[in-house]
Amino acid sequence: MKLQEYTISKHNFEECMKCTVCTAYCPVLQVNPMYPGPKQAGPDGERLRLKDPYFFNYALKYCMNCKRCEVACPSDVNVADLIQAARIRYDRSKPKLRDRILASTDFMGTLARPFAPVVNGVTRLGVTKSVMDATLKIDHRRSFPKYSSRSFESWLRRHAKEQAAFPEQVAYFHGCYVNYNNPGLGRDLVKVLNALGVGVQLLEKEKCCGIALITNGMSDKATRHATHNIDAIRKAVTDRGLTVVTTSSSCTLTIREEYPNLLGVDNADVRDSVLMATRYIFERLEKGATLRFRTDYHKKIAYHTPCHMERMGWGVFSEKLMRMIPGVEFIQLDSACCGIAGTYGFKKENYEASQAIGAPLFEQIRAVNPDIVACDCETCKWQIEMSTGYTVENPISILADAIES
Amino acid sequence: MKFDTIIIGGGLAGLVSGISLQKAGQDVAIISTGQNALHFFSGSFESVEEPPQRMADLFSEAGIRLQYRPGVRLMPLGTFRPATLSLDDINLFPTPRFAKKAMIVNFTGYHDFFTDFLAEGLEKQGIPCRVQLLQLPELDVIRQSPSEMRSVQIARTMDRIWEKVVQEIRVRLDDEDTVILPQVFGLQDLSVPGRIRQGIPAQIVFVGTLPPSVPGIRTQMLLKRRYEILGGTYLMGDEALKAHIHDGVVHSIVTRNLDSHYLEADNFILATGGFFSKGLKSNPFRIYEPVFGLDVTFAEDRNTWYSPDFSADQPYMDYGVKTDASLHALQDGKPLKNLYVIGSILGGTHPEFGTAAGLAVRSAFAAVDQILS
Ligand SMILES: Cc1cc2nc3c(=O)[nH]c(=O)nc-3n(C[C@H](O)[C@H](O)[C@H](O)COP(=O)(O)OP(=O)(O)OC[C@H]3O[C@@H](n4cnc5c(N)ncnc54)[C@H](O)[C@@H]3O)c2cc1C
Ligand code: SF4
Ligand code: SF4
Repeated sequence: MKLQEYTISKHNFEECMKCTVCTAYCPVLQVNPMYPGPKQAGPDGERLRLKDPYFFNYALKYCMNCKRCEVACPSDVNVADLIQAARIRYDRSKPKLRDRILASTDFMGTLARPFAPVVNGVTRLGVTKSVMDATLKIDHRRSFPKYSSRSFESWLRRHAKEQAAFPEQVAYFHGCYVNYNNPGLGRDLVKVLNALGVGVQLLEKEKCCGIALITNGMSDKATRHATHNIDAIRKAVTDRGLTVVTTSSSCTLTIREEYPNLLGVDNADVRDSVLMATRYIFERLEKGATLRFRTDYHKKIAYHTPCHMERMGWGVFSEKLMRMIPGVEFIQLDSACCGIAGTYGFKKENYEASQAIGAPLFEQIRAVNPDIVACDCETCKWQIEMSTGYTVENPISILADAIES
Repeated sequence: MKFDTIIIGGGLAGLVSGISLQKAGQDVAIISTGQNALHFFSGSFESVEEPPQRMADLFSEAGIRLQYRPGVRLMPLGTFRPATLSLDDINLFPTPRFAKKAMIVNFTGYHDFFTDFLAEGLEKQGIPCRVQLLQLPELDVIRQSPSEMRSVQIARTMDRIWEKVVQEIRVRLDDEDTVILPQVFGLQDLSVPGRIRQGIPAQIVFVGTLPPSVPGIRTQMLLKRRYEILGGTYLMGDEALKAHIHDGVVHSIVTRNLDSHYLEADNFILATGGFFSKGLKSNPFRIYEPVFGLDVTFAEDRNTWYSPDFSADQPYMDYGVKTDASLHALQDGKPLKNLYVIGSILGGTHPEFGTAAGLAVRSAFAAVDQILS
């Protein structure tokens, strides 16, 4: 009797009641017939795989790990986790050179940064693109993220003293993107937090969260990153008593959810202390802190909730913060995937699918015609900017721009 | 975070109350674990007694047209069921003898539409019919993955190639006065069912498929969009876990995603659906409401919860959360002053509000009126 009351299966897969709801929301299934879809690849396939690993289907690699199936599932089945866990467990194919390169965001960053102007020039050249396309199968139609010549870490180190002077402190997990491509976002966060009387510190040493390593079949390396990062976060949280804030929804989801659920790296003691900066800021304002907004700020902002933000359920904090700014006309875009899914859309074999998935979102953005698109994810930003020509900003940068300096 | 009203459950009942409150100027949040029973909705509302103008207005502002015509609808297995109100692409007939001769159309490889059962059901009514399979190359792509050849996948293609379907049917049409098609039209492009009707010189009847329901998903999408345009907050994929209650008043709720960040409101609406949506849960000993631990009607003896006859009315479908006459939830026999219960979590025991989707809408309006009064 007890058993029946308390059965819990891994990733909740036995809760599946075969209702097919998830299949209506999988963006990949809509455009790629090679993909078996969340129900087949997830709970249905799991039954077979448990019987015999022979039933593992290599087409599971088409899953973008966007988690939209999990958000839609009325029965709380962790469909995407089931699929990624199966890939980690059964996929014996070796990741290609291309996938290794795409997944190594921090390594690429370290390498590219000192030569930023050159690299930016080179990756924009048609000839480089066609070479990458032919040899590496990185699609030539993609525009590449630009590299910044000075890293965020080095900037913040130079300002460490001023930051330490603030009465309250947080640690910032900035991620590869802020460090190498867009240190401006990091500086925007520092500006907003400073306005709230909070100083910003670095973690002792952070590594790439590892999300791209997981989806590209390098879970061993991802686990090493996870262990390292949780150690660093633990030092900040337990030794220094700090909250760790982030500005990327995918890094946050990876640290909070994927580390324990997919990589088996325990984060229970620090998980609640890792927060999106938008949530942290909202909570401070709710407790009485104030921000002084410019009176001459007038913008129509369309907010795209990134898939991983939707899975965490924290888009509401970004939304509420932007709605707080006087002079903002706020529009919530329909829940939809932009199609990039990290490194997924960079691969030649996925380019068409990636653009087809994003098409309804791009169409809606053009129809709304906002001044800025807001979004908490860096890869969504590349995808939407490339595909629509509209400027995409992180809500933190929007806040930074809207407050008095 | 604080709202005027928090609605737990984002199905038909939750969305209708959310739209009404938001429109009345309230700041509303809907929290919903996952998608809802609209994904299995036939397109017809059972038992709405009077022409519900208020409902028609709310739906039409969301871009959904309804028709009121008490009668019967044709079910996927060839049977008929009474219905009064439906989406305008679903047919309601005065009697089950709605045609002289019918052509039932399906697409090669699509197994979620039961043409043989339909034919049998129609013949029982004395309606002769034949089945036609259309082999459309545009569906080849979907056919590659036979287990995923579902209504929604087909509907996405049909939004583009419906004209071809019209042509194919016109060519085949003989002396039939009626054509029966699966409900795989008008997922994004709402004009498609109407255009198919115009294009074929016969009565066109769209009949339900196995889930997901195309008209249901469309309805859900449009209602949610309307709610968000009115400025409502929709927390999709989050689950209400428990509530803080003092002296018969609900102060806040705790959710899975927001953990220590409690959601506060002046009023709360519980619209978490029936067993299917986990608004009600059961174990071998009891039937319970998991969020607030509200009083639930059910028989002591578990053996009487269900009938072994699969097709019989199942007693457990009548079980639901107990409320007072104005839909306040009861906890240990006492009403919670600011918690209203609406939709299928009420069970089938509220004839004053109708049953099924009718119950969802009418109980939603009743709760909204109390909150706004
Ligand atoms: C398979 C099926 C087919 C049906 N077809 C028809 C039909 O054709 N015609 C008709 O008239 N009626 C039909 N019904 C009846 C149906 O119950 C109503 O039509 C109506 O849709 C119910 O709406 P609701 O809002 O009360 O509940 P639901 O639509 O069930 O919505 C409840 C929502 O609450 C969410 N939820 C549950 N627990 C929590 C929690 N703790 N925290 C947050 N969210 C939670 C669920 O995930 C779900 O999204 C059908 C019902 C089912 C199950
Ligand atoms: S995670 Fe995304 S791509 Fe993968 S099965 Fe789920 S919905 Fe589809
Ligand atoms: S939505 Fe959930 S319960 Fe329904 S088929 Fe998919 S995994 Fe199973």
